[in-house]
Amino acid sequence: MSAEAPAAASRVDFARAFKDAAVAALLAFGLFLPLIGFETVQNIRNELVLETRWPLLFNFVALVTAAHLFGSLVVTPWRERRALARRRAEATPSQAPSWLGRLGRRLCYAIGLGVCFIGVVNFGSDLTEIIDFIGAPSAGAGFTVLAALLLTGFLIGVGYVFMRFGSGGAAAAGHLIGPAGVGFLVVFPVVALLGAGWGGAVKWIDNFGIQILIYVMLGLGLNIVVGLAGLLDLGYVAFYAVGAYSYALLAKTFGFSFWILLPLAGILAALWGVMLGFPVLRLRGDYLAIVTLAFGEIIRLVLINWVPVTNGYAGIGGIPRPTFFGIPFNASDQGFAAMLGLEFSPVYRIIFLYYVILGLVLLTAYVTMRLRRLPIGRAWEALREDEIACRSLGINTTNTKLTAFALGATFGGLAGSFFATRQGFISPESFSFMESALILSIVVLGGMGSQVGVGIAAIAMIGGTEFLRELDFLKAIFGSAFDPTQYRMLIFGSALVLIMIWKPRGLIATREPSAVFKEKKIISGSLVKEGRG
Amino acid sequence: MEVFVQQLINGITLGSIYGLIAIGYTMVFGIIGMVNFAHGDVFMVSAFIALIAFLVLTSFLGVGSILLALLIVLVVGMVFTSLVNWTIERFAYRPLRGSFRLAPLISAIGMSIFLMNFVQVAQGPRNKSTPPMIDGEFVLMGGEAYPVTLSYKQILIWVVTAALLAAFWYVVAKTSLGRAQRACEQDQKMAALLGIDVDRTISVTFIIGAALASVAGTMYLIHYGVVSFADGFLPGVKAFTAAVLGGIGSLPGAVIGGLLIGLIETFWSAYFSTDYKDVAAFSILAITLIFLPQGILGRPDVEKV
Repeated sequence: MSAEAPAAASRVDFARAFKDAAVAALLAFGLFLPLIGFETVQNIRNELVLETRWPLLFNFVALVTAAHLFGSLVVTPWRERRALARRRAEATPSQAPSWLGRLGRRLCYAIGLGVCFIGVVNFGSDLTEIIDFIGAPSAGAGFTVLAALLLTGFLIGVGYVFMRFGSGGAAAAGHLIGPAGVGFLVVFPVVALLGAGWGGAVKWIDNFGIQILIYVMLGLGLNIVVGLAGLLDLGYVAFYAVGAYSYALLAKTFGFSFWILLPLAGILAALWGVMLGFPVLRLRGDYLAIVTLAFGEIIRLVLINWVPVTNGYAGIGGIPRPTFFGIPFNASDQGFAAMLGLEFSPVYRIIFLYYVILGLVLLTAYVTMRLRRLPIGRAWEALREDEIACRSLGINTTNTKLTAFALGATFGGLAGSFFATRQGFISPESFSFMESALILSIVVLGGMGSQVGVGIAAIAMIGGTEFLRELDFLKAIFGSAFDPTQYRMLIFGSALVLIMIWKPRGLIATREPSAVFKEKKIISGSLVKEGRG
Repeated sequence: MEVFVQQLINGITLGSIYGLIAIGYTMVFGIIGMVNFAHGDVFMVSAFIALIAFLVLTSFLGVGSILLALLIVLVVGMVFTSLVNWTIERFAYRPLRGSFRLAPLISAIGMSIFLMNFVQVAQGPRNKSTPPMIDGEFVLMGGEAYPVTLSYKQILIWVVTAALLAAFWYVVAKTSLGRAQRACEQDQKMAALLGIDVDRTISVTFIIGAALASVAGTMYLIHYGVVSFADGFLPGVKAFTAAVLGGIGSLPGAVIGGLLIGLIETFWSAYFSTDYKDVAAFSILAITLIFLPQGILGRPDVEKV
């Protein structure tokens, strides 16, 4: 019996596969005919005319057909064989690693290999300097070589530890990924400086580090509302906007410093959270989602139309930059660099901003983590699990929901004022519904309620789309007219769909209960409810 | 008085476009309980398909009669848009059926971003404007100072909307397909036990929603004469607002909600300020939901322990 099964599984029905592929080709032809087959262009008299793109249409259809054939001839049999092998393995009792263990192991291997690879590439790029040093030893060159060697060693070491640790334990991965991530974040600017030099580091710290951390912060804030309290909020970006505009307007009008306005922006955003939260407390489920969406849009529309205060579409520019406790980051004699006797460089401000947002992120994560253990945090999660049971146990659901809204809004407001000071310019365009959708998808992709998940999802989605800007080498393949950044959001959209199909419960599929009876257990994410409030 | 009648006419025109889109939202929500965020973008795609079909007919095939061309555009648009929406349902939503509530929502948001950017990349980011397809108007009342006009294209929009709504109502209320749909809305498991192909019924729901959205897209193109890749979001959100206002899940509610939103928007623009017309629409949505959470025609949501 077991001898026949693999044969049956691996037999491929060619006729059927080709028939299906033909159907897929027909479907693709129908789908792509209007929008790919024709292009609307303006002619010289500014009239709209059509141009045909038959070769492109043919390519699309051929691609779909080939992918379909590949799927039914190669992938499906392979998956069937694998499923069979897994069933057989389950029949014989063994120490099969858990799901998280397998994922963790693969992730760690991938990251470890990647880091080792970067280390080796870095070493290779410094090779000429090392050869120079051997030829003519000098103190300056010696320092460079030492730094290069140290960095290479460090990277390979980290990569190796990652691989070892990945193949090591399953449960350990869940516990250590948080501290390991924080450790990496703390040393990230140093790594970037050593790896990319003073000029290149700005891009890495600013576009990747700070950008991702802002979204991590927003994700953590929204996680309180959606992940813990189970209230679906589609207008979270409103609080982000409130924070940003509070900072911009107060700083420009009254000249208050960033450090005074940061808590103030948080408080203002919290007030707005309560104000918007209060009327919608009676609403449940999708209705709540829609009203929050409406509020988000209203705030954006007011920002656009209230020109005397917000300057409308044009936005607010010249927002004061943060200072190092009163010392500005500029090239003057009173500047940060001059005070410390360093040469002026814009990198200092970027690094400072990086540590500010890192501090804010860690604060958010820490506060949330501690609050989860307090009665209010447990009430949030109880509310998510069952509101009626909650009420019958005497929990004040109004206050519980309002605190969740207010706290989530506070963190959104803090992130907003940081955003304003980092950009120096804000306009309503930064606070569209798409931002809310982006933040929500970070929370859901990470696995609702999981803080590590929010971090991973933010890196994957924001870092991933940022990374597409770096793919200049694709121009060599597709011709110089090819612009990868054009496809950023296209890829982002499809990634959202694919990840949801692959893992509807999010990337981190396990949860740690905040209240335990006897011993601490990690439970599957599918046991956690999502709330209807 | 003249202003009032004129705005009434304009509001009903706009409202019928919103109503047609709103039906797609409300039907999908009724049957699988999911907010199909990509529906606004399907509407935008349909407007593009209509534009391209119109250009193919007039410039490539040389169809002279504009009415005949529009009729063919309508049918072609419905077929292709249905195909698009069927594919979306099949690939982005069906694998997530029975999964937890937020998964299809995120998938729909992803699909919405995808469609918008696909059209942007495939057709370019610029506004696409067509020459006016139908000219001419009746003067109903009023003198030289403020003539109240009813243009031919507005009449066309009203007639087509009314005819399609009648056909759609017939399908839902009288045919076995409509019966299957209503059964799935009430209890999918029971409907399946009674021999209804639930998957097929849901697919058909998406197809009908897309066909109506495609009519709305064509009407939008005729009415405004311009479309761009970003035009899906705002009409989509407003149509969704309309669906909620009318009571989500209720088909007549969607039409009433659409008309109301269209009227509110035009009257607000006429009497107060154009700047805040969208704020008015959203505020009314919020106020309705807070005081009448089930909408105008919706069933109250009773929660059982």
